[in-house]
Order: sequence, then C-alpha cells, then structure tokens
Amino acid sequence: MRKVAITRFAQSAGVESGDNLMDFTYRISKEVLDKAGLKRNEVGCVMIASSDIFHSGLSCANAVDWDGSGAFMIEGTRAEDSMFALIYAAMRILSGHFDTVLVTSIIKGSENPDNDTLTGFFADPFYMRPLGINETTAAAFQMREYMQRFGVSEEQCAKVAVKNLGNALFNPYAHMKKRVTVDDVLNSETVSDPLKALECAPKSEGVASVLLASGDAAERFTDKPVWIKGFGTSMDHFNLGDRDLLNGQLTVAAERAYRMAGIRQPRKEIDLAEICEPYAFQELLWCEKLGFCPDGEGGKLIDSGETQMYRAFPVNPSGGVLAMNPYVSRGLYRVIEAAMQIRGRAGEHQVDKKVRTALAHGTHGFAGQCHSVVILEG
Amino acid sequence: MADEKPKEKPREMKAQVTVPYEMAMGRNWHRFFENLKEERIMGTKCGKCSRVFIPPRSFCPRCFEDNEEWVEIGQEGTIETWCYSNLMFYGQTLKPPFIAVQVHLDGTDVGLQHRIAGFDLSDFEKVRELVKSGGRVRVVWNKEKKGNIFDIDYFELIPE
Repeated sequence: MRKVAITRFAQSAGVESGDNLMDFTYRISKEVLDKAGLKRNEVGCVMIASSDIFHSGLSCANAVDWDGSGAFMIEGTRAEDSMFALIYAAMRILSGHFDTVLVTSIIKGSENPDNDTLTGFFADPFYMRPLGINETTAAAFQMREYMQRFGVSEEQCAKVAVKNLGNALFNPYAHMKKRVTVDDVLNSETVSDPLKALECAPKSEGVASVLLASGDAAERFTDKPVWIKGFGTSMDHFNLGDRDLLNGQLTVAAERAYRMAGIRQPRKEIDLAEICEPYAFQELLWCEKLGFCPDGEGGKLIDSGETQMYRAFPVNPSGGVLAMNPYVSRGLYRVIEAAMQIRGRAGEHQVDKKVRTALAHGTHGFAGQCHSVVILEG
Repeated sequence: MADEKPKEKPREMKAQVTVPYEMAMGRNWHRFFENLKEERIMGTKCGKCSRVFIPPRSFCPRCFEDNEEWVEIGQEGTIETWCYSNLMFYGQTLKPPFIAVQVHLDGTDVGLQHRIAGFDLSDFEKVRELVKSGGRVRVVWNKEKKGNIFDIDYFELIPE
C-alpha cells in the first residue's frame, strides 16, 4: 500500500488576528507551501475544513475559502471537521490519484458569537433548541452521568483543566494559558452544573494547514516525514436520548485506527496523545475509550500524574482544546502538535521522552457524537 | 503593498444576520404535536427491534426500517441526567437559571430532553438536594396549547 506523510505544517497562534478571514487563510496556507518549497499550482489537491454560516457568518464557505487556500484551478473539496478533512486527504493520496494534498482548516473565533449561541444551532429546531440544549448542556449531562456511574469526582475532572492550562504556558500557539489550582477551577463560575467556567474551552482563532505527500514524494519537502499509520472515524446517533453518553463511538473509531496501524496495546505502543477535550472531564472519558485505562478509571489516571507533560504518558502537552479551541480546526491542531512532538521540535513544550508513535483525536457534535482518531509515527 | 503595517488597528464591521426559515415537521412530528394539544404523548415503535421512540421517528435509525406502529407513552418517567444551567448567551431561549433534563418516560427506550421546574430554582444547593438522577418526574401541561414542545410546560418532581 502507498504511504502518506505529513511533510510541512503551520498554525496560527490563538491571539486575535486583525486579518480578514481570506488573508488569514492565505497567510497560513502560504507559510506551509513556502516551507515545502512548493508553488501553489504544483499542489495536487486542496482539502479545506470550515463551517458554513455559523462559524464564519458566511454561506457557503466552500465558495469563499478557495482563494485563500490557493485552490484556483486545482481540484478541491471541503469537510466540516478538520480531522475528517485530513483523513479524506490521506485517502486521496492512498487512492493513487494525487501525490500531494494541502489541508487547510479555517476558523476565526474572535469574529463569532459565543460558542453556545452557535452550538445551540446543532440542536434540532423542534425539540432540543427551544429548551436551550447546546454543546455545553449536553456535556453537562454527560459529565453528571460519568461522575455518578463511576464515582469520578469533580476534583479529578478539575485536574484536567489545571494540567492543560498549565501546559499551555509553554505553547506559543495556545490561546488560554494560566497557572490555576483545583480550587480555582472548582470556584470558577458554574456555567452549567456540574461544569465550571474553567472546565469549558474558549472560543479561539485558528487557521492550521498541513501538506500531505505520498511516500515517494515526501522527501522532496522534508527530511523528517511523519507517517500516517492509521485512521478511523465513527458516528453516533444525533438524538442525545438515543445514545449511551458514556459508551459512544470513540471505541469504534479507535479500533479502526489501531487495526490499520497494527496497534494491539495502545497504552504501551503509543507514546503520547493529543486529545480533543472541549470540556475537562472529556479528557478522562476519552482516555478510557481510547484504551489507555480501564472504563471508569479516567479519574485514577489523572490522579496518577502519568499524563503530565514530563511523565510516562503525556496527554495534551500542548494544553489541548481547553487552551485553544478554534472549533473546526481543533482536530488538525492536535495532529500538528503530535507531529511536532514526534519530530522532537515542539519547543518549550517538547516532552522529555522519545516520541515514536503518537495519537491525535478529534470530535464534534454534542457529547462526542462524531469521533476521529489518527495514529502518527516518526 | 498589501503587507504595509497600518498605523491604526484595522476596523471591524458589525454584522447581524436574520433570515427566516420554514422547517417541515413531517407527518410524524405534526401528529406528535397535535396529540400534545390533547395532553397525549405518542411515540413510534420499531417492528424489528421493538424500541419505542420519542420524539416519534418515522424510521428506526439502527434497523433502518419504517416504524409503522404508534403507541401512547406514559406521562411519568425517570431522570437519566440533568444540569443546572446558569448560562446566558445570545439566542438563549429560557431565562437562566433553569434545569435541563433528560427523562426516560415510562414505556420508551430513548431519553427526551426537557426542563424541570415548579419550585424555587434560585438556590443551587437546594436544587442539588432535590434533583437526583434516577428520581421520578411527571408531566405538567401548559394550559395554553400551541402545538409545540412547550405544550409540556415542564416536568415536576414526584416526591419519593
């Protein structure tokens, strides 16, 4: 089978940009091509990830985004989630149709209304939306079930925010960075009990771009390719009430990615994970579903300290989504962070251990309706 | 040159979008809301896996077959999970604080989202003592029926 490499990438920092959306998209896409020494019209295919209407106030985004991503006269298509865009791009290379694909994900959070104003529109207009159900209330439902079924404590959930906001202090691309204590988290405003304000991700700017290449083409662009060894996705029902909120589709997505990458013991074979946790407790729940610890033991995992940046099994050394939440782009940020760690060039938040295999995870929809998992290797 | 640094911070333009939509309810949800006006809750049942759905689905999303059978649903149920929402944001429909809940109505196989009310919600600690997952609730009907989800005004707690 053909191989797919991540060759070059670029990401915007979380600070508010004065650029308009099209310039913002252009700058990051251009940076990747310049790093690769590739001209715009030499790219095989462009894959963009952006959100129609609500996350940019524009429709339809797939008409607007092409110029900034350099796609004039190039074949392209678009996804609503950046991890899915990356996976579709990898498939295009695997198909043999293209040797290079530029993946660019576009969100400008500073221009948008509150996250919950927007995520309220994920809810159906007849039953959930009139009742104020949005991503945060759905996550609060999930967190309460998690705590009640497994006895995970509010303190254990808060520790995720302490770790991730602290890690972000070392990441120049992060948006929220802060040294906080468990008490600070627990005493922050109750937004949707049991969720506290510091346990909910912010609304961030974020254009991220990655140049994928086939195995043969990769060496033209980099001396340190990061290989996509496996990927998997899975979708749960739309209606929250149709789902077991603690047994969603992440297990299935992970199994698909692990099978493709030949991973049998994820905790032993994976060196580092970048996980998409828009709400603090979700890092613990997703760790369980990814097979890093048994069901119900996510609380013990954070208590053990093993997931700290400089310990045996770093999770979200970048600060994760709690520190940087450019909605559609947040999955691709995880991929880039994981690739930086594998290359040993993550800067101040480079972990101590040698990272050969890393996992990147993305999610969108209420309470983890849709999951994607990518396995990367140096 | 496009890159020239502007002396002032580039301006932002305020924009607001208001656009009307007409969302089709379809036959099933029309029938569901017409029944709410009569204070009846109707669900559909899958002929293959026997799951009972509310809101009534015209097909079973797992078996992917038409749901032919209608069944009347009980007006009491069990709290699956809930949250106390104190969150105000643009477009919020209910005035905080409110209690969002997922209820498992008797005779159904899925959860329904609604709200719990009927008592003083201002003291959060008191709310936490009263509302428990696994607790029982009952429908309180809105006196004024409009054929929408608020024909169920709220769910009230059934004392243990």
